[in-house]
Amino acid sequence: MPGKLKAKIVAGRHLPVMDRASDLTDAFVEVKFGNTTFKTDVYPKSLNPQWNSEWFKFEVDDEDLQDEPLQITVLDHDTYSANDAIGKVYIDIDPLLCTEAASIISGWFPIYDTIHGIRGEINVLVKVELFNDLNRFRQSSCGVKFFCTTSIPRGYRAATVHGFLEELVVNEDPEYQWIDRIRTPRASNEARQRLISLMSGELQRKIGLKVLEMGGNAVVGYLQCFDLEGESGLVVRAIGTACSLEKLSSGSILNTHTHPNTAPASNACNSPSKDGKEPVFGEDLPSSSGPPTPFRALPTSSSPPPPFSPSKPCSRQSSSSDTDLSLTPKTEESVRRRPGIFLCPSSPILSADTLSLPGSGSVGCGLGSVPRATTPHPPSFTYSDSALLRKSVSFTEDLLLAASGMGSGGSAGKEAGPLKTLLRQQTQTALEQREFPFFTLTSFPPAFLLHVGGVVNARSVKLLDRIHNPDEPETRDAWWEEIRQEIKSHAKALGCHAVVGYSESTSICEEVCILSASGTAAILNPRYMREGCLDIGSTDHRFEEPSPPTCGFCHIPYDELNMPFPAQLTYCYHCRRQKVPDVLFTTIDLPAEAAVTGKGCLIQARLCRLKKKAQGEVNATAISNLLPFMEYELHTQLMNKLKLRSMNALFGLRIQISVGENMLLGLASATGVYLTALPAPGGIQIAGKTPGDPSNEQHLLTIQKRINEATAKNKELYQINPPELTEEGVGSPIPEPRQRSRLFRSHSESSDEISELDLSHGKKDAFVLEIDDTDAVEDIHSLLTDANPPRGFYSCNTETMPGIYNWTSGIQMFTSVRILRLNNTNLTNQGLNKIFTDLCENLLKSFYFKLRSMIPCCLCHLNFTVAVPEEELIQVAVTAVAMTFDKDQTQEKLAEKLIPKGGSDTDEQLQFPMELCADSSTINSQPSSKISGVPESTNISSRAASVDYGSFADRCSTWLELLRLKAHTIRRGSVKTSRRTQSLAHSVSSLEHSSPLPDGRSRSLRSSRSFGGSTVTVVKMTPLSFLPGTRIIKYLGIINMFFIRETTSLREEGGVSGFLHSFIAEVFAMVRAHVAALGGNAVVSYSMQDCVLMENPNKNQAQCLINVSGDAVICVRESDQDSLASTTTIGHSCSSTTDVTT
Amino acid sequence: MSVELDVFVGNTTIMDEEVYQLWLDGYTVIDAVKVRREGGVLDECEANADVVLSDTMDQYRTFQMCERLLHSPPKLANQLLFQITPHRQTILIERYYAFDDAFVREVLGKKLSKGTKKDLDDISAKTTVTLKSCRRQFDNFKRVFKVVEELKGPLVENIRHHFLLSDKLAKDYAAIVFFANNRFETGKRKLQYLTFQDFAICAGQLINNWTVGAVGPDSFVDNMVEDMDVDLDKEFLQELKELKILITDKDLLDQHKSLVCTALRGKTKAFNEMEANFKNLSRGLVNIAAKLTNTKDVRDFFIDLVEKFIEPCRSDRWTAADMKLYLTHYTNSVHILDTFKHQVVWDRYMGVIKSCIFKMYHD
Repeated sequence: MPGKLKAKIVAGRHLPVMDRASDLTDAFVEVKFGNTTFKTDVYPKSLNPQWNSEWFKFEVDDEDLQDEPLQITVLDHDTYSANDAIGKVYIDIDPLLCTEAASIISGWFPIYDTIHGIRGEINVLVKVELFNDLNRFRQSSCGVKFFCTTSIPRGYRAATVHGFLEELVVNEDPEYQWIDRIRTPRASNEARQRLISLMSGELQRKIGLKVLEMGGNAVVGYLQCFDLEGESGLVVRAIGTACSLEKLSSGSILNTHTHPNTAPASNACNSPSKDGKEPVFGEDLPSSSGPPTPFRALPTSSSPPPPFSPSKPCSRQSSSSDTDLSLTPKTEESVRRRPGIFLCPSSPILSADTLSLPGSGSVGCGLGSVPRATTPHPPSFTYSDSALLRKSVSFTEDLLLAASGMGSGGSAGKEAGPLKTLLRQQTQTALEQREFPFFTLTSFPPAFLLHVGGVVNARSVKLLDRIHNPDEPETRDAWWEEIRQEIKSHAKALGCHAVVGYSESTSICEEVCILSASGTAAILNPRYMREGCLDIGSTDHRFEEPSPPTCGFCHIPYDELNMPFPAQLTYCYHCRRQKVPDVLFTTIDLPAEAAVTGKGCLIQARLCRLKKKAQGEVNATAISNLLPFMEYELHTQLMNKLKLRSMNALFGLRIQISVGENMLLGLASATGVYLTALPAPGGIQIAGKTPGDPSNEQHLLTIQKRINEATAKNKELYQINPPELTEEGVGSPIPEPRQRSRLFRSHSESSDEISELDLSHGKKDAFVLEIDDTDAVEDIHSLLTDANPPRGFYSCNTETMPGIYNWTSGIQMFTSVRILRLNNTNLTNQGLNKIFTDLCENLLKSFYFKLRSMIPCCLCHLNFTVAVPEEELIQVAVTAVAMTFDKDQTQEKLAEKLIPKGGSDTDEQLQFPMELCADSSTINSQPSSKISGVPESTNISSRAASVDYGSFADRCSTWLELLRLKAHTIRRGSVKTSRRTQSLAHSVSSLEHSSPLPDGRSRSLRSSRSFGGSTVTVVKMTPLSFLPGTRIIKYLGIINMFFIRETTSLREEGGVSGFLHSFIAEVFAMVRAHVAALGGNAVVSYSMQDCVLMENPNKNQAQCLINVSGDAVICVRESDQDSLASTTTIGHSCSSTTDVTT
Repeated sequence: MSVELDVFVGNTTIMDEEVYQLWLDGYTVIDAVKVRREGGVLDECEANADVVLSDTMDQYRTFQMCERLLHSPPKLANQLLFQITPHRQTILIERYYAFDDAFVREVLGKKLSKGTKKDLDDISAKTTVTLKSCRRQFDNFKRVFKVVEELKGPLVENIRHHFLLSDKLAKDYAAIVFFANNRFETGKRKLQYLTFQDFAICAGQLINNWTVGAVGPDSFVDNMVEDMDVDLDKEFLQELKELKILITDKDLLDQHKSLVCTALRGKTKAFNEMEANFKNLSRGLVNIAAKLTNTKDVRDFFIDLVEKFIEPCRSDRWTAADMKLYLTHYTNSVHILDTFKHQVVWDRYMGVIKSCIFKMYHD
């Protein structure tokens, strides 16, 4: 149904000279939407034409508004020959479709040509008049807000987090169609750009529909990716997390309390389902004796008809995968009880009931009514009933499994009463009802995340089908489904019911494709899972677990005696009551409330593995066989590097494995920190295989000495001076049980009866590296060659750096790409590793050098992407942001920050600020005492070492074994690995901790530059979800852009570097222009998903594809008054949530 | 193993002023890296040679991409490709349009044509300014010349407005344009001792006093005459012929001489020389004035000043103060000559001559 799109072409400037004779241009503009085209008059002989056109009006379906971009083409009029195109502008209308986002698009857009790049600018006005569509069977999802941000967007509050969203759309790649042989490169590029724009519009619309079905109004953590599968097609896929968001403003918070229904509704855009969400019903949930599922009572009389998902009409579905069911509960019970959510889209009978709604008739499901000019294949309905059946059957099995396996509550510990267990059960079941209890968020509202289990990871090697039929996306869908199931079962094995920080990626080389998924197994607070509960403070009073201990935030969620992997558990160093692992790996951001000692740093593991060139299945098999070893080695490297830095946890872990014709590249990046709650890591002990050899011993000693020195230096550098705890203070360390009983998830209350206590190796878990061959020597060398950032710099790949709070407003976002050509064909694995490691290290050094004027500064969100674009090439692309912080104010800020904290934390907390603010001179005096105080870091007794060696070997072998077991053959097979992990969580928030951000971040306003005088709006960009020193006052919509650039004069453009340099600059410029036109002044959560470069220097040609996304926002400088106001706001929201909790 | 591609692009364009200067000075990447390393850049941030090389190449690429915009500086503020702070933009422009005095001295007054451009390698060899830098500077002169050539209104203002230059630089460019337009001879050996700044100040004087625009806004309805500051005021040049009477009329000449000598007597050591040379010097100056209608003689204006006036004085060892004293009285005494009717023209002429000679009278 209808919307009216209006566009006006105002003027152009800086146009290129199209007529050599006059050195001028006779420009006119074509404005196209769907199949309708308007033209402006020709503005003769000017490089700065003033068209000032009428308003061109397009009357269109809102479906089209979502799918199609407005296409503006600038041409040069030529009387005698064909008009020459100057370039195009594609404008995504989506932000105008949401009432809360932008209302008008107005501004200068770069005119872009895929061959020539930016050629002048055009000033355009675009408006949309949208008529409210009350029809429930519509195919559009206008009004659903999209956010790339992987946390709850600032200024909003999550009433409910509904869960995982996924969708994929498949099409033929125009580049591989027969017509491409006869059309120009420009035409081919434009066809591709347009197709991808359409596909991502369609994808977004479909995701939006799913959100509406689930009763949400927003997608957070939206991540869209392209798989260029070559001849087998083009896949656009997206994942995200459905939420019901409410806008926070000083007024609305009060509203929320008094009018729980209206407040959210007013923010709910056009969602027809908004009324269906009746928050009140949550109060019917009994806390102690309720049914195992947190279902809601049936309010049938008062609530409007439930938002049904229509039986999918075919028209717009040309090739979507159909997984619409993934989020809806499938058990019969829930069908009965949960009218608010549509459960069974495959049964048309149900939805038929609601067909009689007023206003719905006109659309009649829109079957086949919308022709799609650009999609060559007729749409078809592609749902498979049998698949559904299979799915639900397997699901039920899962449920059973979960029910039997999870009940014990793991090692929840002594004081975790039955209530907690029950609660957990409830949550679990609620989550289990979802096919995939996954969340793409990486940071969470306070109290959301209860426990973190560890990283779960799954990979699968697939052969792309050459006879691929775009009408049947099920293949791709089934692949992902398989992987997600695997992730889910890994999470279950870790005793967790959910996966957070979830992401998916692919690496394609010719016909082989590696699909990867990873996330962090976790246990979530059930409150957020239930619809509506958070809307009313009073509702949840009865539904509370015992006040969580301030430190209890990431105690192990799994059963201690049946640990999924070998780990050493100790009592938490913070609360000393519950168990924590010795090391914790996660894919999420460090929770704001987590207690950290010292600062963090970027830790990377890098690995190259050669493989033989092969074809088809042989190739795929070879790759699958290599994967587990790569994962293992990456893991070992990470662990070693972590120990070397005296840290005990990794956040934001991202492991990327990229496939090339003759090699595999592995890159794992994470931010290492020292979590105060976890035990201090032991040092690294070197052991030789042949003890007799004196020269060897000498060599070992030297290495050991170097390692010890490096460790000590790192401690100093990262200010890691953990409080010393006496053994008894900590409680007895729990050794790994000698014999792991492999009872599968027994119900035994085993956690309290610790069978064997072996005090002998307690926390002295020195990590032993055995030097038995040259590989090991190489490994150690590479361990030691990683340079620390120069003085004044810090780096991390998470949102912010643990230990730095006083950000100032200086930021610099950058993208850097480097490609290395390996000319030496006889490289060994070691040689390659060295080259790859040097490549990454040199990149980092380059960043430090380039950004040296910003010191003191921190490189945040360092996102490395590796690829093997051609046989001998290694490509690394990095996007990150450098942010300045105020060194001098450290002391003050910390003091401020920690005063509230001090109330709940012990003296170790108090020591923490001291360490942080210590500048180098004070640190210098500390290490000596530290080292002597913590003898295990320097002088490891041989006894301890040998014991630990055993455990290490054991660990490795079980790990390998696990890998081996899980490695399947290709096609069906996926290689999966359960990650070792751990968990620690500060217990759920006290009020002070509940601010999603470190308070200090927003304080200092020093050195913000003023850009007055320029006619171009300054647009800041950052991969983070915030801008230091500013407050986001409005989200204007998602930016999702795809560009192709090609050149046939590579040398003239300065070679590949010149070509890519200008292309990246152009992409930035176009992103900025679109944001400015929406009225914004910044892009947050910016990311470059793809950067695919193909070159042929011999032909003087190159082509590059770039896909970027982010959230356009308006932010304002945070004046003291503003920040006061915002603090109040946060305070309000916190108190509302805390009300609920206490 | 070789680096195939290496780029770094910041949302806010990163530019190192030192590298920019090296680029402007026409250093190759390799030479620039060498200079930077010698400058101790490796000590910063634990950099190594590769890092500096990579950084230098990036910056050079950025500058090359910006260069197109620098050719019409107002575009720099409106373009969308690079996000550059206004402060930075100003620096970029100012530095780009800055020039070497040694170089400008070589081309000052020459026709800004292809022919001159071909000689740039000789100039480069002579001045030790790199050829690349010479080309940039030459092209800048030419570009500014072409743009203001077609514009109406005051020269300096036009340059400042169209190239966003500082006042000082805009004035220098005005001088260059003025010299190029009138093709003043500056290359002769006798003029070698003069710096660009000497000429620039003289040009400023000429522009402000002898051009069409100099007469002041009241003379023209709209104050917008093409080339008003570039071409000398033809009417005025005609009128200058009238001054000849000062040397052709014997009475007037004697009267003038005695007035000046009376005023100078006892005030300077060079009095005797002044008295002895008065007629020669006066003839020199007035003849210069009388010949200015001739384009060829306009070109020789500075050489004439030196030959006819400055050199004789210098050989008589006048001090700068002597010179000042002499010219002041020489000019003012004419006012007392009752029979001389061209006081206004005289003042307009001598005002400029005085300033020029003051500026030019040094070693």
